[in-house]
Amino acid sequence: MNNLLVLPLLVPLFTSVLLVFMRRSILLQRWLSGASSLAGVAIAVSIVIHVKKNGVQTLYMSGWAPPYGIAFVGDMLAALLVLATTVVGSFIVFFSMGSIGEERERYFYYPLLQFLLVGVNGSFLTGDIFNLFVCFEVMLISSYALIVLGGTRLQLRETLKYVIINVVSSALFVAAVAYLYGVTGALNMADLSLKVAEAGQGGILNVIALLFLIVFSLKAGLLLYFWLPGAYSAPPTAVTALFGALLTKVGVYALVRTFTLVFGGMPEVTHVWIGWMAGATMVLGAFGALAYKDIPRILNYNIVISVGFIAFGLAAANRDSLEGVVVYLLHDMIAKALLLLLGGLIIRAAGTGKLSEMGGLMRRNALLGWMFFATILAVAGIPPLSGFAGKLLIVRGGLEGEHYLLTAVSLATSFVVLYSLMRIFMAAFWGDERATASAIDTRKAGLLLPAAGLMLIVVAMGFGSEWVYEFASGAGRTLLDPSGYVQAVLKE
Amino acid sequence: MELYMSLAIGVLFTVGIYLILSKSLLRIVLGSSFLSHGVHLLLLTMSRLKTGAPPLLDEKAEAYVDPLPQALILTSIVISFGVTSFLLVLAYKAYKKLGTDDMEELRGNENE
Repeated sequence: MNNLLVLPLLVPLFTSVLLVFMRRSILLQRWLSGASSLAGVAIAVSIVIHVKKNGVQTLYMSGWAPPYGIAFVGDMLAALLVLATTVVGSFIVFFSMGSIGEERERYFYYPLLQFLLVGVNGSFLTGDIFNLFVCFEVMLISSYALIVLGGTRLQLRETLKYVIINVVSSALFVAAVAYLYGVTGALNMADLSLKVAEAGQGGILNVIALLFLIVFSLKAGLLLYFWLPGAYSAPPTAVTALFGALLTKVGVYALVRTFTLVFGGMPEVTHVWIGWMAGATMVLGAFGALAYKDIPRILNYNIVISVGFIAFGLAAANRDSLEGVVVYLLHDMIAKALLLLLGGLIIRAAGTGKLSEMGGLMRRNALLGWMFFATILAVAGIPPLSGFAGKLLIVRGGLEGEHYLLTAVSLATSFVVLYSLMRIFMAAFWGDERATASAIDTRKAGLLLPAAGLMLIVVAMGFGSEWVYEFASGAGRTLLDPSGYVQAVLKE
Repeated sequence: MELYMSLAIGVLFTVGIYLILSKSLLRIVLGSSFLSHGVHLLLLTMSRLKTGAPPLLDEKAEAYVDPLPQALILTSIVISFGVTSFLLVLAYKAYKKLGTDDMEELRGNENE
């Protein structure tokens, strides 16, 4: 029992409630959300240290011992992801202060952002599948409000589709939980793990597993990503970065968790599906990234590609690839946030998102240019930046598992990632300077400092790969053999 | 009893999906709430229907109704209620601003 586990939810929750009452004072809202985000990082660090020292941490709500009641479980994977979430969250809070605009700040931008963090952290920490649904909904409802906040025509149009897709997938989620409860009579994920193994996964349980696969794929953007490029290009930069870094990753996490802990028994059915879906996602995402000529779309298709890549690591499901999944997830949360923030800054500096209408930014925005260049290298997985270690592990795992075709696809799409982003770099920063009427000066500390902070983490994670790996291998071990997780939850 | 419930759920799902696939925004919203009703009934049915049994009162009870699905359904109803009301407001705002409730006209790949 460790009460620390509930703090990543409670701190943002109370903060957001307080923020609602501080509507009149934007300054106070900024200070409070900044302070609470930093407190969140401190809590997440202490959880990681705790888990590293004492193994899997659990918390039974109201003292209901499992399998009854809701259990919160902090294993290494959850702890690391919460840490990454709080870090990305705080940088985006600081970025928002300079970029989101007073109008949005007055209309509950900061409280909504904190509510989103409640949902994300809750999804990572919960050990109960219905509670996972509830945390998903907390996160999604805040995301509905954040994506439409501002109410431009584009936002309204895309939000409608985003909300409808998610309402349908949430209905499927509850249906899947209902079937699972009907078959096993359990909701606690550790208990489910035992019961599914006992009953022997096959027949109806495989159908349920695939239903969960559809639900989480819709949220993660694994093959079913058709809503993503449109929806993520509607809101302002800070919100897109938050979504790209966190929301899709929660879906990926849910896939990783359920298909290692609960439905790990029949990889020849479920994991083959995941593998094919991952391959198709990477290929189609690569087509998208090559086909479009505006920055938001290219970046959004890059989100899709990385989801496919992580899912490939899950499909290979051996020790290397699962460790790679953890390392790459952590890298991708930080690096995608950075990439999307910088992309947004380029659009501001150029006054347009279209590649054909921009150019010559290097003269005035040299720092932005070099940061974007370094980020491209990190995202493409070039050593010594942070993308390399995860990519190496997943590819090694893929080769070990003899998934040669998928490994080839994943390496080929790395080149597409590099090429598609380089194209942005060349179009935006090279060539003659073009003055666009709507260009805004981005050389402000409030905008560049948060990006520089994230950049620093990307570099540090790259150079300290060995150190990151030490934590991630613990998380990978739990994924490979969930018995430690199960024992930690069900022992008392 | 289970059979009738299954049929009812099937009808709700069919109606919900039919409405969601239509073009009019209001129908889609209605369809989504039919879908969530269907899902809630499914949750109730999947935990096995027992008529006439009391709720769990003490440790020695011989027959009792599983209380868990009802708690789940209650949670799920609250969530779908909130989402539906949000969706209705969103649909209204979108209709006012975009001047149409036809999803066919709201496709748009171009950025405005």
